[in-house]
Amino acid sequence: MSEHNEHHHHEETFITKYVFSTDHKMIAKQFLITAMVMGVIAILMSVFFRLQLAWPAEGYPILETFLGKWAPDGVMDPNIYLALVTIHGTIMVFFVLTGGLSGTFFNLLIPFQIGARDMASGFINMLSYWFFFLSSVVMVISLFVTSGPAAAGWTIYPPLSALPQAMPGSGLGMTLWLVSMALFIVSSLLGGLNYIVTILNLRTKGLSMTRLPLTMWAFLVTAILGVLSFPVLLSAALLLIFDRSFGTAFYLADIMIQGEMLTQTGGSPILFQHLFWFLGHPEVYIVLLPALGITSEVVSTNSRKPIFGYRAMVGSILAIGFLSFIVWGHHMFMTGMNPFLGSVFTFTTLLIAIPSAVKVFNYLTTLWKGNIQFTPAMLFSIGLVSTFISGGLTGLILGDSALDINVHDTYFVVAHFHIVMGLSAIFGMFAGIYHWFPKMYGKMMNKNLGYVHFWITFISAYGVFYPMHFIGMAGVPRRYYSNTAFPMFDGLVEINELVTVFAITGAVAQIFFFFNFFYSIYRGKNAPKNPWRSNTLEWTTPTHDRIHGNWPGELPTVHRWAYDYSKPGADEDFVPQVVPLKDGEEDH
Amino acid sequence: MTTFLSFLIIALTIVGIVQIVRIIEIATKLKGTDAQEVTSDQDNRYNALAMLIVGLGFTAFVAYSFKLWGHLVLPDPVSVHGEGIKLLWDTTMVLILITFFITQTLLFVFTYKYRGRKGNKALFQTHNNKLELLWTSVPAIVLTGLILFGLNTWNKTMVPDTSDAFVMEVYAQQFNWTARYAGDDNQLGKAHYTLIGGVNTLGVDVTDSLSHDDIVVREIHLPVNKQVLMKFRSQDVIHSAYMPHFNVQMNCVPGMSTQFSFTPTKTTKEMREDPEMIERMAYVNEARAKRGEGPAEFDYVMLCNKICGSAHYNMQIKVIVETQEEYDAWLKEQDTFKTLVSAN
Repeated sequence: MSEHNEHHHHEETFITKYVFSTDHKMIAKQFLITAMVMGVIAILMSVFFRLQLAWPAEGYPILETFLGKWAPDGVMDPNIYLALVTIHGTIMVFFVLTGGLSGTFFNLLIPFQIGARDMASGFINMLSYWFFFLSSVVMVISLFVTSGPAAAGWTIYPPLSALPQAMPGSGLGMTLWLVSMALFIVSSLLGGLNYIVTILNLRTKGLSMTRLPLTMWAFLVTAILGVLSFPVLLSAALLLIFDRSFGTAFYLADIMIQGEMLTQTGGSPILFQHLFWFLGHPEVYIVLLPALGITSEVVSTNSRKPIFGYRAMVGSILAIGFLSFIVWGHHMFMTGMNPFLGSVFTFTTLLIAIPSAVKVFNYLTTLWKGNIQFTPAMLFSIGLVSTFISGGLTGLILGDSALDINVHDTYFVVAHFHIVMGLSAIFGMFAGIYHWFPKMYGKMMNKNLGYVHFWITFISAYGVFYPMHFIGMAGVPRRYYSNTAFPMFDGLVEINELVTVFAITGAVAQIFFFFNFFYSIYRGKNAPKNPWRSNTLEWTTPTHDRIHGNWPGELPTVHRWAYDYSKPGADEDFVPQVVPLKDGEEDH
Repeated sequence: MTTFLSFLIIALTIVGIVQIVRIIEIATKLKGTDAQEVTSDQDNRYNALAMLIVGLGFTAFVAYSFKLWGHLVLPDPVSVHGEGIKLLWDTTMVLILITFFITQTLLFVFTYKYRGRKGNKALFQTHNNKLELLWTSVPAIVLTGLILFGLNTWNKTMVPDTSDAFVMEVYAQQFNWTARYAGDDNQLGKAHYTLIGGVNTLGVDVTDSLSHDDIVVREIHLPVNKQVLMKFRSQDVIHSAYMPHFNVQMNCVPGMSTQFSFTPTKTTKEMREDPEMIERMAYVNEARAKRGEGPAEFDYVMLCNKICGSAHYNMQIKVIVETQEEYDAWLKEQDTFKTLVSAN
C-alpha cells in the first residue's frame, strides 16, 4: 500500500462511511437511491391520474387505499387530481431529473473523469446531499397534510398558489412545497459551486479543457446554468412566501375571491412567471444536458468510434447553455405580453434548433460505420437520440408564437416536453446507471433484464406520449380532471384509454429495472476493471478495493483526449487517456 | 383482500423474474460463453434487428397516424387570422415531418447496419468540417425562413387594425365566464373590483355614463365576418380564454387588462351543416351513447386553459356565431346595465 493511500485511509465508522460520508462515490449513491424512492412515488401518481383520465368516475379500490378521503369509493376528487399532477411534475423535474440525475452522476463522475481524489469540498458536497434529503422529506410530508399537497401545477402560478381560498392545495401543502423547494435550491447551489470549482481547478496533469470528455463539458455548463438560475427561483419563492403569509403584494392585485375583497393592489402575477421561467427554462437544459453528456460518452464507447465533431459538440453545449437564458418568455406568449417581446422570444427560441440539430447529426455520424455494441446503456442512449429528435421537432411549433396560440397549455405541450426532456433525460439517466453501475457497486447489472427493461420502456414511452399530440391538436387543455364536460372531446375516449394502457405497462416495466438494480448489488457478477473497454479515467481505478481517494498512489496523467477508439495503429480498439502518445502520433 | 392479492401478484412476479434470471445464467454457463463478455454478436444482432423493426415501425406509424387519428384534431380554423396560422402550421409540419423521417430512418438504419461483430473495426473519424458546415448552415437557412414567416404571421395576428372592431369584454372568475357588450357607443364603462356587489357581478362603475348601455350576459354572441376586439379581465386567479376553433387564446390576469382581436368566418349553423362536421359529431355521439348520454350538437365554446382550481375542467361558455341580423335581434332583447341596476 502506498504512502498516499495510508494517509487517506483513516478509520471510518458506519456513520461516516454510509451516512455522513464525504466520499463522492457514496454521495452519488445516496442521491441515486433517494431519487429512486421519489421516482417510484411520482410514477405511481402518474398511474393514478392516467386511470382517472381513461376511465373517469369509475371506482378503483386501489385509489381509495392510497388516497383515502380524497377518493371516496375509489373515485378521485378533482382537487387531488390537480395535486397528483403537481407533485408528479415537481418530483420528476426537480427530485429525479435534477437532484437525481445531476446529484448522482456529477458526484460520481467529476472526480473520476478529471482524475481528482474527490470534490473540491467533500464537506459542502455532503451538505448538498443532506439538504436534498431534507427537501425530499419535506416534500413527502406535504403529501399527508389535511388540506392536501400543493395543487396549483408544478409551475405554482400565483394568485392560485398564493391564496388558500383559491383551492385546498394552496394551504399548508403549498407552504411545505415552498419550504421544500428552498431547501432543494440550497442543495443545488452547494452542489453546483462545488462541481464548477472542481472541474476548473482539480483536473489532473495533462487534462486540458480541450481534452475534457464531453460528459464533463455538459456537466460544467449544467452546473453554471444552475448556479445562475436557481437563485432567481429562490427569490421568486421567497416573495411568494411573503405574499402568502405577510400580506405583501408582489404578485397580487385587485382580487376578489370567495366573496372576500383582498386589499392587495399594485402587484403583478406575471412578475412571478418571469422569475419562475428565468429558472424554468434553463432548468429544462439542466435536466437535458447531463443526459446528453452521458449519451456522448456511451454512444462513442459503444460505437467504438470517436465522438464525431468534438469541437462542434462543445460549441453546441455552450450555445445551448447561453441561449437557454434568453428564451424564457416562450412559456408566456399568451400572458398578454407586448407582441414585440413575443417576437424576440420566438426568434431566440427557434435559434436553439441549430445547436440541437448539430448535436443530433453528430450522434448519427458517430454511429455511422461504427461497430455498435448493444449494451443496455447503448440502447437507452439510442432511445435518447430518437426521443430528442421527436420531441425537439415539435418545439418548432411551440416556440413559434403564432402557432403556440392554439396549442399553448394543451396536451400538445405535455407530449412535447415529456418526450424531449422527460424521456430523453430519463433515458440518459438509465444509460448512465447501466453504464456506470460497475463503477458504483463493483458488479455488473444483468444484461438480459436490461434488454427487457429497455424494450418495454421504449415502446410504452412512445405509446404514452405520441398519441398525446393528437389529444392536444384536438384542443384538450392540460390539467383537466376529466374531458367529459365538452362534447367536442368525447371522440377521444379510445385514444385516452390507449395512453393509459401504455402508461401502466411502462410503469410495470420499471420493476425489471428496480429488481435488476438491487439484485445485482448483491448477486451480480463481479465487474472487470474496464468492462466496456472505455478510455476515460474512471476505468483506471481499482474496482473492488475502492478507497476514498480513488487512485492508490499517484494520480494518473492524461496524454490524449477520451475518444481514441479504433485508432489506426493501436493494438486494441481503444486507447485509454493515460497511454502516452506514440512517436509521431497525433492528438485529435 | 385486494391489497393482499396485489402484494401476492407483485411477490410472484419478483420470484418469477429471479427464476428467469437464474435460468438464463445457467444456460449461459452451459453454453460456455465467456462470462466477462459484455455483449455477444448474438445480442448485437437481436437488438439491432429489434431496433430496426421497432424504430421503422414507429416511424411508419407516425405517417399512418395522421390517417388514423386525423379526424380527432380540430377542424380548420374559422377566423381570418386563423387561415394565416394554418398556412404556417402546415408549412412547419411538413418541415418537421421531413426532418423526422430522414433523421429517425438514418438512426435506425445505422444502428442496424453497423451492429457490432467480432473482428470488425469501426472507422476512425473525428470530424469533417465540410459536412458540419453543411448541417449547421442548412438548418440555419431553413430556420431563418421559418422565423420570418412566423413573426409575420404573429404580427398580423396580434397587432391588427382594430379601428373598425366592435368592443366587448369577457370576465373570468372561478369557475365561469361572463360577457359584457359595449352597447351602441362601442365603449365599455369603467370597472373596478371594489365595486362588485349584488347584481353588479363585474364591478362596473354605475357613475360612468359609458356603462349605461353596456349589456352583461352569460353567452357570447358574435356576428359573422365582423371584427371583434375582446378585452379580458379576471376577478381572482389567472384564467385563459381559449377558443380553439378560432385559434384564439389570451390569459385573463387579475389586476390587468388583456385583449385579442379576431374575425370569425363561419356561423354556428354553417358549421353544423358542414358534412365533415356532421361526420365528426356522429362519431362523438356514438361515444356519448356508450356513456349513456344524449346526443350533442356542434357548438363553439370558450374554455379555460390555465389551471384555476377544482372545477377548472368545466369552466366554459357557449359561443354563438350568427348573421348580423340574428345578432342584432338577440342584442336588442337583452337588458342594458342601467336597466339591470335600476330594476334591483
